[in-house]
Amino acid sequence: MGEIKLMKGNEALAEAMIRAGCDGYFGYPITPQSEVLEYLSREATKRTGMVVLQAESEIASINMIYGAAGCGRRVMTTSSSPGISLMQEGLSYLAGAEIPCVVANINRGGPGLGTIQPAQGDYFQTVKGGGHGDYHLITLAPSSVQEMVDFVKLGFDLAEKYRNPVMLLTDGAIGQMMEKVELFDQMPRKTKFEDWCTTGKPEGEDRRYLTSLYIKPEKMEQINLGLQAKYRKVEENEIRYETINIEDADYIFTGYGLGARICMKAMEIARAKGHKVGLIRPISLYPFPYDLYASTAGRVKGILDVELNAGQMVWDVRYAVKDKTPVEFYGRMGGIIPSPDEIIDHFEKHLLNRGTK
Amino acid sequence: MNQNTTADIQEHTVDESICSSENLVYTKPQTLTDDPMHYCPGCGHGTAHKILMEVVDELGLQSQTIGIAPVGCSVFAYHYLNVDMQEAAHGRACAVATGVKRMMPDKYVFTYQGDGDLAAIGTAETIHAANRGENFLVVFINNGIYGMTSGQMAPTTLPGMFSTTSPYGRDVETMGYPLKIADLLALLPGVAYVTRQAVHTPANVRKAKKAMKNAFEYQKKKLGLCLVEIVTNCPSNWKMEPLESNQFVNDKMIPFYQLGDIKKPEVK
Amino acid sequence: MTHEAIFAGFGGQGVLSMGMILSYAGMIEDKEVCWMPSYGPEMRGGTANCTTIVSDSAISSPIISSYDSVIALNQPSMDKFESKVKPGGNLIYDSTNILNPPTREDINIYPIAGSEEADRLDNAKVLNMIVLGAFIAVTKTVEPAAILKALEEVLPERYHKLIPLNTKAFEIGMAFVNK
Repeated sequence: MGEIKLMKGNEALAEAMIRAGCDGYFGYPITPQSEVLEYLSREATKRTGMVVLQAESEIASINMIYGAAGCGRRVMTTSSSPGISLMQEGLSYLAGAEIPCVVANINRGGPGLGTIQPAQGDYFQTVKGGGHGDYHLITLAPSSVQEMVDFVKLGFDLAEKYRNPVMLLTDGAIGQMMEKVELFDQMPRKTKFEDWCTTGKPEGEDRRYLTSLYIKPEKMEQINLGLQAKYRKVEENEIRYETINIEDADYIFTGYGLGARICMKAMEIARAKGHKVGLIRPISLYPFPYDLYASTAGRVKGILDVELNAGQMVWDVRYAVKDKTPVEFYGRMGGIIPSPDEIIDHFEKHLLNRGTK
Repeated sequence: MNQNTTADIQEHTVDESICSSENLVYTKPQTLTDDPMHYCPGCGHGTAHKILMEVVDELGLQSQTIGIAPVGCSVFAYHYLNVDMQEAAHGRACAVATGVKRMMPDKYVFTYQGDGDLAAIGTAETIHAANRGENFLVVFINNGIYGMTSGQMAPTTLPGMFSTTSPYGRDVETMGYPLKIADLLALLPGVAYVTRQAVHTPANVRKAKKAMKNAFEYQKKKLGLCLVEIVTNCPSNWKMEPLESNQFVNDKMIPFYQLGDIKKPEVK
Repeated sequence: MTHEAIFAGFGGQGVLSMGMILSYAGMIEDKEVCWMPSYGPEMRGGTANCTTIVSDSAISSPIISSYDSVIALNQPSMDKFESKVKPGGNLIYDSTNILNPPTREDINIYPIAGSEEADRLDNAKVLNMIVLGAFIAVTKTVEPAAILKALEEVLPERYHKLIPLNTKAFEIGMAFVNK
């Protein structure tokens, strides 16, 4: 059993970075995630020699990540929505040049400068592109402080396995709340680097270069086909989710991250009232568990999707179940967190006994 | 004056016997690849590439050097420079180089950037890398124009100079003044060495190469950021013959961007 | 057993610390805990609050609609959260600061003259420990000993000299309810 601590989500994320043998962190302060940079500035270098650098902007941060990760190092940056918007160009380049790294978005309310309170308005940005071109970020959605720890390690493993950037899409509430966590033991930092890494041209071998530029369309299409083949593999192998009580469920509540936690409470209340409600929580948002939702289609009487946005993931849920099952949406925006009671209320008004009146 | 005519030259048959290693006066360094360069005839990039790579070769640093290519005409620099390279997003070379150098402080790192990349879109990354005293070399190619996108105004375009976006000449009242970024960077304590050089004459080429060598030596000593600016030409987009463009460098560019060391470290 | 509480007051009154100490204490007793603060500019002088959940089993939502206990240290918090106490739940408040008392009749109400007692101890900052003492005496969510142990964890070393004073404040708060 690893060390047990009571930690804030953001601090747990930072601690997990150190323990995952991270070589570098490049970041820029933004609420509600500045604790990550603060914690690392205090702790990281003295413990593992990890480089921690406060960059001049999120644009610089993500490009420092590009340089450092291009040398095969385990590096990470974190930010919140407006800062993540600034990183989109860099993320597209990282995906295009197939450079592995982990980025966390402690999502806050938008659009624009928005609010510093938690939100999930960046789902589309994260899983449907964000930057330019046909690429995907492997996206994991932690819903607890424990998962903030676990997904740093998992994130690096996936990033390195597929040579692709990984996004941890979470929110201000998970970043700011404290829970009990079990920490994994300190891992050593890397000392060996893969052949593609630009660590200096090996004697007697070809130089390496990292680029996403292929000016000839024929070559560029080949590169794209290669990326797509990789994404199909990711979709085949890396779908992750949690289900509770779906076996006997008449209805399903679904959401990711904080939304799923609130749904869980709403499910408990609904069950106590005698409604057979189950829960689906996608953990990987890309790749998305379409088949899981499809398998419930027609079998359950309805799905209620809850998000802290105007309805984003719900499009994927609807795409999965087609019109075989009614899909209702309930969300709050701008940093307002939906309460379990509101969910129950919406469920009873709009989904329960739908079509049987 | 050269008295030979073309016809005279053609009459000479090549004496194969002089092609021996004792008579070899020049060879391409192994730090350049065999790829033919895509640069326009008369462009200064080829010379700048060559002297940079000669320095890497002479110092024996091929396996220790990582280069960062920009977006601009030298976007394909990694096809020619035979060292490990990363291609950066437009303007971000200094941030990318920071990432590389911070991970491998004992390796040699350089960026190779044009005026648009370094002094327009990448100004923030350039200034902050300089201000942090990052230990890498910035090779800054200043030809006063956007070459790759076909001749738009650059931050370094001279007052009155023509470009496709200053078709009546750069009007400083509305388009701002040419940015002497090297002078600006020289003010920062994190910057060790700033020098402005040219490659339009053999003498200048030799001086520019010496400057690059200095920069590698300072990098070894971890003195801070080094910037070698090369004031050069763009015959295609200046719409001039190569010789004419070199004359323009001499008559117009250099009087404005004066050559020489702007800042030098005190080395014991 | 799950206990869902919210601690609310002005920034600077130590409401976030109350929840944090309770969370540590819960962890010391091997319980599941979740502490969710209001954050941002509100931390400076405005109203601040934290939801703290202590449970024998896994905790679902950190965001809840109604609470087993509301602990209010100022009038705005009282006004905001009185209606959020579950029927049969507890409302514990600083009766020195809060002039308009609660009106609900379906909950247990504990007026604690916390600020007055804190003045008597010559340190307004121990108000939170006095009220936390009352909260523990009412709810018995964790053992008092766990709270005192948690205090050592939460307080930075340089403030450990204040532990005896805080302990005393905590005991005074407990005595308010137990007498």
